[in-house]
Amino acid sequence: MRPPLQRYRNILDFALSSLLRRKGRNLALISVYTLVVFVIASLVFFVQALKREAHELLAQAPDMVVQRMVAGRHDPVPLAQVEAIRSIRGVDGVQARLWGYYYDPVFGGNLTVLATEDPALAPDAIWIGQGVARSMRVREGDLIPLRGYDGQSTLFSIQKVLPESSELVSSDLVLMAPKDVRALFHFPEGLATDLAIQAGNPRELPTIATKIVELYPDSRPILKSEILRTYEAVFDWRGGLMVVVLGSAVLSFIIFAWDKATGLSAEERKEIGVLKSLGWESSDVLLLKFWEGTVISVTAFLSGVLLAYAHVFFFSASLFEHALKGWSVLFPRFRLIPALDGYQLTVLFFLTVLPYTAATLVPSWRAATVDPDAAMRS
Amino acid sequence: MIELSQVVKTYQAGLATPFTAVDRVTLSIPAARLTVLKGPSGSGKTTLLTLIGCMARPTSGRIHLHGLAGDALPHLAPAEALEITSLPERFLTAIRRRTFGFIFQQFNLVRGISVLENVLLPTYPTGEDHRAVEARAMARLESLGLARHLRSSVDRLSGGEAQRVAIARALINDPAVIIADEPTAHLDSRLSEDFMGLMSEFKDAGKTLLITSHDPIVYDSSLADLVVEMRDGRVVSGT
Repeated sequence: MRPPLQRYRNILDFALSSLLRRKGRNLALISVYTLVVFVIASLVFFVQALKREAHELLAQAPDMVVQRMVAGRHDPVPLAQVEAIRSIRGVDGVQARLWGYYYDPVFGGNLTVLATEDPALAPDAIWIGQGVARSMRVREGDLIPLRGYDGQSTLFSIQKVLPESSELVSSDLVLMAPKDVRALFHFPEGLATDLAIQAGNPRELPTIATKIVELYPDSRPILKSEILRTYEAVFDWRGGLMVVVLGSAVLSFIIFAWDKATGLSAEERKEIGVLKSLGWESSDVLLLKFWEGTVISVTAFLSGVLLAYAHVFFFSASLFEHALKGWSVLFPRFRLIPALDGYQLTVLFFLTVLPYTAATLVPSWRAATVDPDAAMRS
Repeated sequence: MIELSQVVKTYQAGLATPFTAVDRVTLSIPAARLTVLKGPSGSGKTTLLTLIGCMARPTSGRIHLHGLAGDALPHLAPAEALEITSLPERFLTAIRRRTFGFIFQQFNLVRGISVLENVLLPTYPTGEDHRAVEARAMARLESLGLARHLRSSVDRLSGGEAQRVAIARALINDPAVIIADEPTAHLDSRLSEDFMGLMSEFKDAGKTLLITSHDPIVYDSSLADLVVEMRDGRVVSGT
C-alpha cells in the first residue's frame, strides 16, 4: 500500500517545480486571471458595500415620504396637509421638508440644498459637505456666494464642514435655515418639498398610505421598504445591472480559461507520456495537473480578491468612481466599511476557480488515458 | 523469462489504412541475459519494446513474464508466470514502475528540472520516503560519475551525461528488466563502449537486458547472449 500523503506531497512538489519551469507563461496566465478576478471581486465588494451603506442610511430615513403630483410631476406640498395627515391613526409624526437642487455654473455641479431647523446653525450661515468644500476649495469660516432665482448673489458664511464619515450622503449637501432656502429658490411660504412621515408600527404603513391617498388623491406616498426594494433591484448582483456586468465578466473569463487551459502543448503531451512510461498512473498525472491548475487558480483568486478588497475598501473603488458613484460631478470620497460576505466569496470562487481547473483537467485526462507510447510519439 | 506468442500490433486497425508494425512475433527472452533486437528503421523493434514494456497493448497474441513481476504485484508468487496483455491499466502501470527500467533513444528527460529530480520522477507516485529515495538516487548518480551535476538542469548536460541520467532514472526503482531503445544512436564510439561497459555491470548484477540497436558495437558485442533480427515487423533470425 502506498503511503498516500507522501504521494500527494511528492506530486505537489513536482507540480510546483513544473510551474516554475514555465515561469513566463504561468506569470502571464496568473496576471490575466488575477485581473479578471480583481474586476469581478471589486464589483461584488463595491455593490455589496454600497447596499450595506444604503441599508444603514435608510434605517435613519423616515418610514414614508409623501409627495404631491401635478401632471405627473413632483410639486410642492401645502403645509396645511401636515396636520390632516398627523391625525391619521398610526402616524407618529409628520415633518415638512424643504429642499432643492442648486446648480453651480463655476464647477458645473449640482448641490443639494436642504433646510434645517437645527438651533446650532447660525443666522446667514451654512453647513456644507466635504465634496462641496473640495470643489469650491473653501473651509470653515470662508464666505461663498450663491446665486438666487433672480440672479442676485447672496453671501453665506461656512459655519461647519460636515464630517467625512457621512460623506456618502452628505458630499454635495448644503444645509441652511428654512428662510434662506425660501429666499434662494423663491420657494413660496406655506409649501414644502415633501412630507416625512414616522409611523409607530411599520405594518400599518400600507394602510396609512392608502388613507393619505384617499385624503389627497394627488399625493404619492413612498414607503421606505419601496426605496429599499429599488436599491435591491439596482444593486442586487443577481439582477439588474450587476447580472449583465458580472455575466459578461464571467463569460469572458470562461473563454479565457478555456483557451489557455485546454491547449496542451506538444511538449506537455510528451511529458505526460514520459511520466506514464515511468510508472505514473493516469490518476497521478491528473493529480499533477490538478495541483498545477489549483495553484494557478487559487493564487490568482486570492491575489484578485485581496487587490479588490484594497481597491474597494482602502482606495474607495477609485477605478469605478466615474461609472458607479452617482451622476454628480461631486464624487463623494468615502471609505466603505470593510465587509466580506462568505456566500459571495464562495460563489466567486466557484465561478472562477472551478471553470479553470476543469478546463485544465479535460485535456490532461485525454492525454493521460492513452497508452504512454502513443503520448510519446505524438 | 519473457515469452511472446504470436504477438501482433496493428495501428489504425479497422480504419482505411491499417499498419502492422509487429507481425506474429513468437520469442523467448531469457532472464539475466542481454538480448539485442536488431534491424533497420521501421522493422518493428521499438514497437516490440513498448509491447514488452507494458506501454502499449498488442492487437493480438500473448506476452508472459515468468518470475519477473513479483515485486510489482504483491499477490503474485515470485516465480509465477503472468500474462500481461489482458491486465487492467493500473497493474500494467505497477509493472512498468517496478519491473522495467526504460532508457529511451531521445533519453526523454524532463527539461527544466534538475538531474536529481529527473531521477526521482519514477518514485513520486510510489509514496516512498523522500529522503530514502533521494539518498538512493544520489548514490546511483555518484556511481555513474554525475555527483557534481546533481542540482544542475538537465538542459546543460552533454549527450553522454544525459544518457547516464536516463540510466540512473531507469534503475531508481531497482527493476528486474532494463529496456534500452537505440541507446547508442546519439553517442560516439567511446561513449557507446562506455555504455556497453555499464550494461556488463548490470548483467553481472542479474538484470535482464533488452536492447534494440542497429549499431554493431551493440549487436556484435560479446555481451549479447541473444541477437534477434527483425524486418517488416517479423523476426527473421535469432529465435
